[in-house]
Amino acid sequence: MLERVEIAFETWGSLNADRSNAILICHALTGDQFVASANPVTGRPAWWPQLVGPGRVIDTDRFFVICSNVLGGCMGTTGPASSGPDGTPWGLDFPVITIADMVRAQAALIDALGIGTLFAVVGGSMGGMQVLEWVARYPDRVICALPIATAARHSAQNIAFHEVGRQAVMADPDWCGGAYLKAGTRPAKGLAVARMAAHITYLSDSALQRKFGRTLQDREALTFGFDADFQIESYLRHQGSTFVDRFDANSYLYITRAMDYFDLAAAHGGTLVGAFAGFKGRACVASFSSDWHYPPTESRIITRAMIAAGIEVSGFEITTDKGHDAFLLDEPDFARALEGFLGASARQRGLA
Amino acid sequence: MSGHIRPDFAIILDAVPTKARVLDVGCGSGELMALLRERRGAMVRGMEVSQAGVNDCVAQGLAVVQGDADQDLSLYPDRSFDVVILSQTIQAMRRPKVVLDQMRRIGGTCVVSLPNFGHWRVRLDLLAHGRMPVTRELPSSWHETDNLHLCTLLDFQTLALETGWMIEALHPISGGRRGGVQSQAGLVSNLLAETGVFVLKRG
Repeated sequence: MLERVEIAFETWGSLNADRSNAILICHALTGDQFVASANPVTGRPAWWPQLVGPGRVIDTDRFFVICSNVLGGCMGTTGPASSGPDGTPWGLDFPVITIADMVRAQAALIDALGIGTLFAVVGGSMGGMQVLEWVARYPDRVICALPIATAARHSAQNIAFHEVGRQAVMADPDWCGGAYLKAGTRPAKGLAVARMAAHITYLSDSALQRKFGRTLQDREALTFGFDADFQIESYLRHQGSTFVDRFDANSYLYITRAMDYFDLAAAHGGTLVGAFAGFKGRACVASFSSDWHYPPTESRIITRAMIAAGIEVSGFEITTDKGHDAFLLDEPDFARALEGFLGASARQRGLA
Repeated sequence: MSGHIRPDFAIILDAVPTKARVLDVGCGSGELMALLRERRGAMVRGMEVSQAGVNDCVAQGLAVVQGDADQDLSLYPDRSFDVVILSQTIQAMRRPKVVLDQMRRIGGTCVVSLPNFGHWRVRLDLLAHGRMPVTRELPSSWHETDNLHLCTLLDFQTLALETGWMIEALHPISGGRRGGVQSQAGLVSNLLAETGVFVLKRG
């Protein structure tokens, strides 16, 4: 049990007089609260700049946009790297958390900001799970729900990939049974391998082929060794090594676990329709054709349950070869659909 | 105003009460849905099988899901709509009878527009040339058409009655113009109408 939780968050735009224009954006596994401006700690750019900002689809001139670091995260919100009761980092003494816990923490933040109802809750991947949890847990506090490239439960394949990542972290001697911060080390190698494996799931086969193929990295011929001969190897190594500088290994364990445990139907009497039954708002469920991590079939399960629950739902699939990552990239058809949905919803609410 | 609207759409608009809950099955890129929203203030939702159509609809702010009426109508709760529309769609269904049954479960009124395979030009084509007809209403040749189950107005009427619908009205359309409303399809409309718009009520 956590006695006290700190939540790091960012906002853009301003709350209107009747507090009806707030949009909560939920980030993905390794995301952070810097959805629309650069992260001052890591120097990384905003992660959804093409969709969130002045004049953009999620227009910060019209909407008050909130994004918070998830519970268990490592960008300012309480997580396993935060100080525990004895003043030292929690490590593995940090309680195991769920997507529902993350959402309860967000709801506490929204309360603290004096906002009763969110005009929209938007998120992709793990962010989409949080959107679904919002709909199930706080149906009266959400007008529009936009779960993107996500699933209502984690598949065996997704749990399997996460387990590979966790085992890589835990197999690193520098992990020190989770107490690496106290020991003054970091399981950089293990976490890098975890990131490399995960990164493959974010891309499609055809996108990898198109970007890298069998192209060699800075060399004319194969070296017949275990250097990064291929560009794809070098790319993954780079992804792994830059990730460890910005992400806490134990946070990675806790957050991937929360995703694995996510099964919205199971938490609501075994049916998704039951989970969505109280929601009177509108929903927009988006997926991407080449996403095999959270494939369109998973989104269709969500859409179908929402239809059966009588929800006004739009469900669409964007054709792209960019895989799961497509939701973070510039996909004009996706932007156009989101803009149409949010625009119509805003007019309905008198938020012109 | 309604002079600018396609005649079949104008008839459908007339059949939809203000603020009605409407499901447009096979809504294409949302042209009719947008009209119903604008002119009737209808709470209108759509189902469309083509992804491009769905994306166009969502971009207009219309609530549309990608789905196949042959299977997915069973998802909707009983009596969740006042009016269910099948605009130029029934002939492309694999199981038209199941679709009509589902629509009866979901809605109280059903509006169906369909090309009439009994129209005299179609009959003449077959009789005189021994060829499958290609007409204004049926522009694709036999091997390219999406239409699986073409029928005449009388054929459709028989099926509607068999599935427990009552015929409230038939609006024949010919040469792009509305003919006089009829209480049901008969031999004359079956010969002269290029398109028929049936308004069905749950019996």
